[in-house]
Amino acid sequence: MTLLPYLVAVWVLCWGLYGIVTSRHLVHLVVCLGVAQAATYLLLVGVGYRNGAAAPIFAGLAPGTPVVDPVVQALALVDIVVEATVSALLLALAVQAQKRFGTVDPDELHSLRG
Amino acid sequence: MSIAPLVVAVPLVAAAALAASDFLHRRWIADSVGIAASLAVVVLCAILLGHAGRQPVVYWLGGWEPHHGVALGVSLSVDTLGAGMATLVALMVTATLVFSARYFEAVGHLFHALVLVFMAAMVGFCLSGDLFNMLVFFELMSIAAYALVAYKIEERGPLQGAINFAVSNSVGAIAIFAGIALLYGRTGALNLAQIGEELNGQPPDALIAVAFALIVLGFLIKAAVFPVHFWLADAYAVAPTPVCALFSGVMVELGLYAVARIYWTAFDGILSPDAAALRPLLVWIGVVTALVGATMCLRQRHLKRMLAFSTISHGGLFLICLGLLEHSGVAAAAAYILGHSFAKAALFMCVGVLLHRFAEVDELRLRGCGAADAGLKLVGLLFVAGAVALAGAPMLGVFLGKSLGEGAAEESGYAWAIAVFVLASGMTAGAVLRAAGTIFGGWGEDEPPESEQPQEHDEETETREPHDRTPLTMLIPTVALTLTALAVGFLPGLDHAVEEAAARFTDAHAYAGAVLHGHGAFESIEPKGLKAVDFLWSSLSLALAMTIAALSLFGGKLEVSALGPLRRRAEAGLELLGTLHSGHVGDYVAWITAAGGGLAVALGLIVR
Repeated sequence: MTLLPYLVAVWVLCWGLYGIVTSRHLVHLVVCLGVAQAATYLLLVGVGYRNGAAAPIFAGLAPGTPVVDPVVQALALVDIVVEATVSALLLALAVQAQKRFGTVDPDELHSLRG
Repeated sequence: MSIAPLVVAVPLVAAAALAASDFLHRRWIADSVGIAASLAVVVLCAILLGHAGRQPVVYWLGGWEPHHGVALGVSLSVDTLGAGMATLVALMVTATLVFSARYFEAVGHLFHALVLVFMAAMVGFCLSGDLFNMLVFFELMSIAAYALVAYKIEERGPLQGAINFAVSNSVGAIAIFAGIALLYGRTGALNLAQIGEELNGQPPDALIAVAFALIVLGFLIKAAVFPVHFWLADAYAVAPTPVCALFSGVMVELGLYAVARIYWTAFDGILSPDAAALRPLLVWIGVVTALVGATMCLRQRHLKRMLAFSTISHGGLFLICLGLLEHSGVAAAAAYILGHSFAKAALFMCVGVLLHRFAEVDELRLRGCGAADAGLKLVGLLFVAGAVALAGAPMLGVFLGKSLGEGAAEESGYAWAIAVFVLASGMTAGAVLRAAGTIFGGWGEDEPPESEQPQEHDEETETREPHDRTPLTMLIPTVALTLTALAVGFLPGLDHAVEEAAARFTDAHAYAGAVLHGHGAFESIEPKGLKAVDFLWSSLSLALAMTIAALSLFGGKLEVSALGPLRRRAEAGLELLGTLHSGHVGDYVAWITAAGGGLAVALGLIVR
């Protein structure tokens, strides 16, 4: 049990958020959102990790062998699916922005204010 | 076999059929399938609501029932407030689908499919008894909502609105994900009741503070609470108007529902010793949100944006009620949400009628347009009725919820919050009354045709071009929703019913018993009901609304020279507040990050 995976998760989350805040390109923005989301994969897998345990695939394992927590891995899988859907939707919007308005800079799309 | 899973399955199957089949592409078939599916969900939810009265209806998906009080499976745990919220969602979706039948010129069957998926997710969210499942429904609801906002993707506004919405809410979902991971690491449980059992009585520590902060932050982004509310005004201003009715009527409230549900089932046992410190934090966030929303609401001339800020303001009021962390506050919020949903959805539909007729949603450019024929005069009447319901005039609209909220605030030592209730509901209703006066009465002064505020010409294509009459299918749901909004306070026994339901909602121990052991010992309470002073506050709100409307319509020449400097300073402040709503997604995420950090630090200090 070590603190390292948690610190890395926070580090990755901060970089992802920093990228979103400063982004000038929609595709870059979507990738940064993915980076921020990756922090949660790390966190989930870190939470379920046990030293010296096997992967939770029970075929061929002797009964009683310690395994890492399969629940968090399932959660991470759901997390990845969600992230893929959101990215696909946002990238479709980015493509539309380029096609219709010739820009992928979120600053140049502004029509809403105040 | 319970009917609980059908509530989610029926709309999903209907949506899949609509999306997959060629035969169903004809417009009237798509409309009928959509309306039939949502009506079926209304009926199912109403039956569930009836069943959930004595004990929560608990359904374990796949038959994974708990053994010796340990739950591994995923449950739908339906209590009265959850089922009530789900029924409200289904009713709103039905009204919206009827309204949209003749609203769009060229709407595909995919619109219906998206709305049905949206409904399935919202209903599932209300009924879920599992923290992770709530998040899954939350994501499904959000993704359908992003697509609905961007439905008119060929325009600049919807594109920007959808991007701001999607990025802000995805960051919120990341926060919830992280919070759930931490909580699972501590308790090894995902079922809300099980988490509550594991945490009950333990001393809170930094991990609990951070997990609670992350989860609350994520759901408060959905609830559009200051300073993470910015996405909402952008998304509402550009979403198709019937969709706005749905968002404003139920989606925003679900964020608050989640905060209350999770606090009362999972965190009550561990955080209740610190409730005295937690209370002012939540109440103050609500107060600032209510006042900022009301102020911004008065500044708007874009009708949809105005109603959006009105929703933000009311969200703040709901948060004040819930933030009291008392069952009386939960009862107030439930009754308030009920009245507000009908009124706000009806107002959005009125705006939809105007947009359909004149292809315009700018208050000033619509001046005097509303006197053209009998149908429009009816809409004008509905507009005023909506404002009266929002102000909570005696016995009408949000009166019950607002009065219960004021009573609960006074009891918990926040009597000054009554002023916030009166101010916020008066200001938001005043803005609606002002718009009604301008549009349907033709009152007020003409402004120069091009003023500083950014003009949006995006609205024209939502309904293509102006029409010369309003279809009956648009008027009927609008009238029905307005009448329901007005009549809600007259429902016999509603006040006692919500208080009873709220007392059950906040009884974490009995909830856990019902979910994990099949039986919960709920205690019954002595309902308090209304007091005479409530009528005074309610009349004050209405009077304030009328004064604000009259001043802004006729008070243009009213100059008090002594107030000159004060006025200039106030205007500078308002200008600054307006600039904060920059429309730039990076700024919004910066606010979210700052708010999350602030919330975590505050909670850390509270549990220390």
